[in-house]
Amino acid sequence: MKYSKSTILTMLCIVGILSIGVASMSGFSTSDTSETTASDDSSDDPFSKVMQVLTHKRCVNCHPAGDAPRQGEDSHIHYFDVARGEDGHGLEGYTCNTCHQDENNHYSGVPGAPHWGLAPRSMAWEGKTPVEIARQMMDPKRNGGRSHKDILEHLTEDALVLWAWNPGVDAEGNAREIPPVPKEEYIVAVKEWIEGGAIIPAQ
Amino acid sequence: MKVTFTINGKPSSVEVSDGNSPLLWAIRDGLDLKGTKFGCGKAACGACTIHIDGHAIRSCSYPVKMAEGKTITTIEGLAETNHPVIQAWKEEIVPQCGYCQPGFMMATAAMLEQNPNPTDDDIDQNIINVCRCGTYYRIRKAIHKASEIQLKSSINESQ
Ligand code: FES
Ligand code: FES
Repeated sequence: MKYSKSTILTMLCIVGILSIGVASMSGFSTSDTSETTASDDSSDDPFSKVMQVLTHKRCVNCHPAGDAPRQGEDSHIHYFDVARGEDGHGLEGYTCNTCHQDENNHYSGVPGAPHWGLAPRSMAWEGKTPVEIARQMMDPKRNGGRSHKDILEHLTEDALVLWAWNPGVDAEGNAREIPPVPKEEYIVAVKEWIEGGAIIPAQ
Repeated sequence: MKVTFTINGKPSSVEVSDGNSPLLWAIRDGLDLKGTKFGCGKAACGACTIHIDGHAIRSCSYPVKMAEGKTITTIEGLAETNHPVIQAWKEEIVPQCGYCQPGFMMATAAMLEQNPNPTDDDIDQNIINVCRCGTYYRIRKAIHKASEIQLKSSINESQ
């Protein structure tokens, strides 16, 4: 309903998408995402491994610095002026669940996982260094009063977090990129780091 | 598989071979309710918007299997009750080609449930469907009108 330049551009794009969409419906892929690739980063300590994942777009897109989610492989601002809303799950008329359900949708290319939504503003990771993210994540004033145990559970068991290794395909059937550390290796690294005292390097 | 739900107040079910196929297909082709439209098929335009348990949902991106036990409303359901949104859309003669309008009306009805008296800003932020004919100006007027009608009827009911 806005007539800003960006919205008009978006609308023009949508007109394009409308026509492409009809054609692409018959050719969608039903396969899940590509297989996990091993980490090629030389920093093999648990903290570095964890941070290679947490700074990946699959995490940061929903831990944005502002009130708009990011999306896609280039982490552009979510189309259609989608906004955080009061509780991180969208606005009154449409919530995240207007489009995103509990699982990936291979017909529409819309990703999904349980409780799809944004991390709170106090947990914005976009633009932050691994050390800054770690400090913020372990600070109960900013992490919603979570203990080390709560954080460990969020990072290793939350279906929305683990979705990063099963991100599905986009509307053209292209697999979304997964984090650079395999899931099992990441889970072990999180446990080692937190159970080892969650020590954050100086810089 | 058989999926059972309530649609526009009536118990209903569809038989589908793929539970992941879009609910939109079941509504249009299975139940022959053609008011809900297919625009993009990728949750981008809003033409397929319906209500599930009172929330606006884009049915092109909603697997039919998830509708089990749910309460669904489509534009036909809104028409049957002469919902304030239907009245306002007629009064303001909103549609041009009309294709996008059921989706806008469903999105508006969902917003008015949560926010009975939206400002222009609320409308800008909440109604993010796409109209290729550019009827946005009349849609905005009709949303305000629908809000008026709805508020008046709720005052009358409470008297
Ligand atoms: S057809 Fe569902 S959003 Fe366009
Ligand atoms: S009235 Fe034609 S697309 Fe909206």
